[in-house]
Amino acid sequence: MDLLELFQYILQNLINALQRGSFYAVISIGYSMVYGVLMLFNFAHGDIFMVGTYIGFAIATLFLALFSSFLPGWIIFIGTVVITMFLASWIGVFVEVAGYRPLRAAPRASAAITGLMIGIIFETGILIMLGAKRLSFPPLMESVAYKVGGIYFTNVKVMIIIISLLLMLVLHTFIQKTKWGMAMRAMSYDFLAVPLMGVSINIIAPLTFAVGAGLASVAGILYGQAYPILDPYMGVLIGWKAFVAAILGGRGSIKGAAMAGYLLGFIEIFVAIIFPSTLRDLIAYSIVLLILTYRPRGFFGMEHSTKLRL
Amino acid sequence: MSALLNVKDMTHYFGGLRAVNNYNLNIEPKQITGLIGPNGAGKTTIFNLITGVYTPTKGNIHLQGENIKGLDTNKIAAKGLGRTFQNLALWRHMNVLDHIKMAHYSQLTYGLFGSFFNTPACRRQESEIRENAYRLLELFGVDQFADQLVGNLPYGAQRRVEMARAMATNPKILFLDEPTAGMTPDELVQMIKIIRQVHETFGVAIFLIEHRMKFVMELCEFIQTLVFGEIIAEGPPEEIQNNPEVIEAYLGKEDVT
Repeated sequence: MDLLELFQYILQNLINALQRGSFYAVISIGYSMVYGVLMLFNFAHGDIFMVGTYIGFAIATLFLALFSSFLPGWIIFIGTVVITMFLASWIGVFVEVAGYRPLRAAPRASAAITGLMIGIIFETGILIMLGAKRLSFPPLMESVAYKVGGIYFTNVKVMIIIISLLLMLVLHTFIQKTKWGMAMRAMSYDFLAVPLMGVSINIIAPLTFAVGAGLASVAGILYGQAYPILDPYMGVLIGWKAFVAAILGGRGSIKGAAMAGYLLGFIEIFVAIIFPSTLRDLIAYSIVLLILTYRPRGFFGMEHSTKLRL
Repeated sequence: MSALLNVKDMTHYFGGLRAVNNYNLNIEPKQITGLIGPNGAGKTTIFNLITGVYTPTKGNIHLQGENIKGLDTNKIAAKGLGRTFQNLALWRHMNVLDHIKMAHYSQLTYGLFGSFFNTPACRRQESEIRENAYRLLELFGVDQFADQLVGNLPYGAQRRVEMARAMATNPKILFLDEPTAGMTPDELVQMIKIIRQVHETFGVAIFLIEHRMKFVMELCEFIQTLVFGEIIAEGPPEEIQNNPEVIEAYLGKEDVT
């Protein structure tokens, strides 16, 4: 292998890493936002991602059946994303209102257990409704492969990377510019004073869950384009990995979660290049563990006066 | 005319512990009232009960004739109650102007579209708030810090920012929880001046918890002394100052002959 080939090989994997990292980043933001606002990790988030993917699957299938004869593909794609986001955000609201709100004053361990239970309810619920049969996500765009400078990539891959970045940009604007985003920021620093400004925590908290769930559902649609197989347990592993990214990025830090999500993608892909792929997770997460040993707060973790209570 | 704030027979239990017993309070518009008492007497608990952090086990609370017992804090705040905290509840990584902007939260009517595309309506509201904010910050002597992160300000300035934020919600009554805690004597004198000024400018009633007698005696028209959740003495400052029970609670028993 000469130098050029090596370079091409690395670039090729960089694109793969970016795609994988995009999923982790977008999903882990949901963990971080909720942690920032309510100081709890929503352990149902991986399964919210799963439910969001199923909603995306249903909407995509419906839209393709109804409109594909007379509407261009990109309109159907955008329509699917928007409607799915809207519906999935209500799943987030439901989880907050029914699951976590009654436990605001309870020990954090109760909330953590509740999150895990909600996840199991979602998994089993989907299993009962749709059976154990694996479904396949319909392609929302025709996959076209390109080769530029010896590097292969598909339009789907590029789209996944670009849409993920776009989502994060929109979220950043939301957090920085809107009054709801401002209230979320305020709550992450100190939440005692927020209600005294006339702001209802019972609005801001479900809104935070809604945004996280909406993002996860778009990640689900994109995931369905890259790996078109749906099953009720698809959210578990990716959910935990995104959770690891949220911890690695620093609890409550959205910027950190996004960066750690990409880093995790890179570590996983490049570890698999060097070592046998069966050892991938073992080695990748040993690296993460090593980073956290030396930097327990993660990249951008704020110093909290209280230790993490689970 | 009825009182601005009226608390009647308020009692609160934390589990089996009676934290507040038969507490009564009456504050007229523009009145400055002080609440003193040794550590652990339940002063902050009373603040938390009135501001809706906890719901009292028994009793009633009326703000401007309206029963506010059991309401959420944000609803009570919207009815005209502002508050500061003993340990400063500031948003350390937000700048001073943003603190005042948060206080105008319910007046911000521009939505997603407005804030994403910075529409004229959005810009107009922002500049209105900025103008109001500077006026308010000037009054509290913190206008020079407007664009700085609150966490980087000197301690005394942070206290004043917190008070400015509370006043930005335009309250009829302001609750101050130990406004001079941890302050130097110079900052203390400045704080007395600022509270006087705020009181005159806005005509706001003030209810404050304090430990420093000098401060309480100088500012308050009416003082309550709380010991173990019960009021042992109340009245104008001169009376409280010479009340043997109050002196005992603070300094221990003394042979008064």
